[in-house]
Amino acid sequence: MTTTTAPAPSVAALINRGHVVGDALTMAWRNLLNIKRNPQLLVFATIQPVIFVLMFRYVFGGAIQGSLPPGQTYVNFLMPGIFVQTIVFGSLTTGVGLADDLSKGLIDRFRSLPMARSAVLVGRTLADFVRNFFVVILMCIVGFIVGWTIGTNVWGLLGCIAIILAFSYSLSWVFAIVGLMVKDAETAQAVSFPILAPLVFASSAFVPVATMPSWLQGWAENQPVSIVVDAARALTIGGPTAEYVIKALAWIIGIIAVCAPIAVARYRRAV
Amino acid sequence: MAEPAIVADGLVKRFGELEAVKGVSFEVPEGQVLGLLGPNGAGKTTAVRMLTTLLKPDGGTARVLGIDVLKDAQRVRSSIGLAGQYAAVDENLTGRENLALVGKLTHLSGSDIDARAAELLEQFALTHAADRIVRTYSGGMRRRLDLAASLVHRPPVLFLDEPTTGLDPQGRNELWGVIEALVQRGTTVLLTTQYLEEADFLADNIVVIDHGTVIAEGTATQLKERLGETVIEITMRDDDATARASEVLAPVGGTSRDGKLVRVNVPGGAGARSMLEAVRLLDGEQLDPAAMVLREPTLDDVFLELTGHTTVDGNGAEEGEER
Repeated sequence: MTTTTAPAPSVAALINRGHVVGDALTMAWRNLLNIKRNPQLLVFATIQPVIFVLMFRYVFGGAIQGSLPPGQTYVNFLMPGIFVQTIVFGSLTTGVGLADDLSKGLIDRFRSLPMARSAVLVGRTLADFVRNFFVVILMCIVGFIVGWTIGTNVWGLLGCIAIILAFSYSLSWVFAIVGLMVKDAETAQAVSFPILAPLVFASSAFVPVATMPSWLQGWAENQPVSIVVDAARALTIGGPTAEYVIKALAWIIGIIAVCAPIAVARYRRAV
Repeated sequence: MAEPAIVADGLVKRFGELEAVKGVSFEVPEGQVLGLLGPNGAGKTTAVRMLTTLLKPDGGTARVLGIDVLKDAQRVRSSIGLAGQYAAVDENLTGRENLALVGKLTHLSGSDIDARAAELLEQFALTHAADRIVRTYSGGMRRRLDLAASLVHRPPVLFLDEPTTGLDPQGRNELWGVIEALVQRGTTVLLTTQYLEEADFLADNIVVIDHGTVIAEGTATQLKERLGETVIEITMRDDDATARASEVLAPVGGTSRDGKLVRVNVPGGAGARSMLEAVRLLDGEQLDPAAMVLREPTLDDVFLELTGHTTVDGNGAEEGEER
């Protein structure tokens, strides 16, 4: 046997650590190429939220307007909710993509390579972050077209976009776990929707929580989607902001802190 | 004595109640090809997944180039290539991009990646399709790209899990040629297959595995000698001659008659010598056969004898792959 006698595994571990960033960027490059080669997926992903904007703005908006505090317009109330709804459903693609790689044997190939163990997941969530960025920018433009106005200033708008994207990144890790637990992309999609529906619709995204039955209000006020929507609203409409933003950041950091290690452990499970 | 390139020592893997691999041991010396032969669900893939660090064994140990797969998985990964039964290439990238992806993830230098990708595309006859998206490739092309992807970092040990399953005969022959060429350059190969012909053609040694245990091992010739029947079939011109030939040939081996056909069962591995002896005896009695054939056993016969079923109808439990 020509190999030298067992060098400390820590050396290999150290070399490996050096590749954490590089390997993640390589995987992000690969995933972004995938998005670029299938632009129709991005188009379909934005059609639905655009329909929601039009439907809520022009169909339900008039009815909901009456429940809003005086002086507030429904379109300004709606847009932060639409942003969050869009990125929540968008983050589902993280799980769908992972499940697809898993079912096609690509994850096996990656696992058999001497690459950083975190790279597949970090690369995937980074690519989805970039994708969500473009979707949010597009939704902003749609918002401005239907009469959305910023009551604060440009920093408020940027803060709103930042907090929404950070939330989307945290949710990517939730769906990474889902993606690694199911057999294929279709299942990932089917499993995710029932998790998402109560989060998105029983929230302050489209209607004021005060209009809901009292048993639902407790949930709707305190669940993360509502909190992020409230923060995004405060940043774009005005009024007290700090409390909402701090709560939202706590949720975002908490979700990443819990879900990222679970997802990586799930990925590494095989040695 | 040099340490073999691949060592499996009492490997065990359970999926819940099902014990998919029940203490499998084998070795592959450097530069050789081992064929892991067995029906669906025999535990071949599970064994390979343990050896390639994809699955943690519940018992036993495994080493690749002397490195323990459990203790130092990452170093094992640097030395191995894995090509699976599903062509694990990214359908939305081009062939060249797929190879570059593996090159980057195995940390080759940028210039090396470009050169290596071009070299492999050439070697696997994919240069003309290098910049086409893999979705447009044929099944055989995907398989070749998958194999090429497993070779980017020049691994000295290669694991091929049913490399030709689902390929047409031409695609299979092409892939066999490629694998042979790799072996000639010194690569150690562990190959799982359901095709006896494939193991016979490619493997130096064969390990037959069924229901998670090794039931036989040896070279193709050894297995045939040990388990298969070698038969000399002689067709005579009339019934009288048939009866006489049957008597005359008794010293060569057990004879039986079927019309004008005499069958002589001879010891495995001694086919040619027995044939020669039969010719001398017949000639000595001036018997003139119409036809004379030596029928050596095939690996199919061996497999049937070992497992009680042929590979084609082998209806084992589905491979218990946990996701």
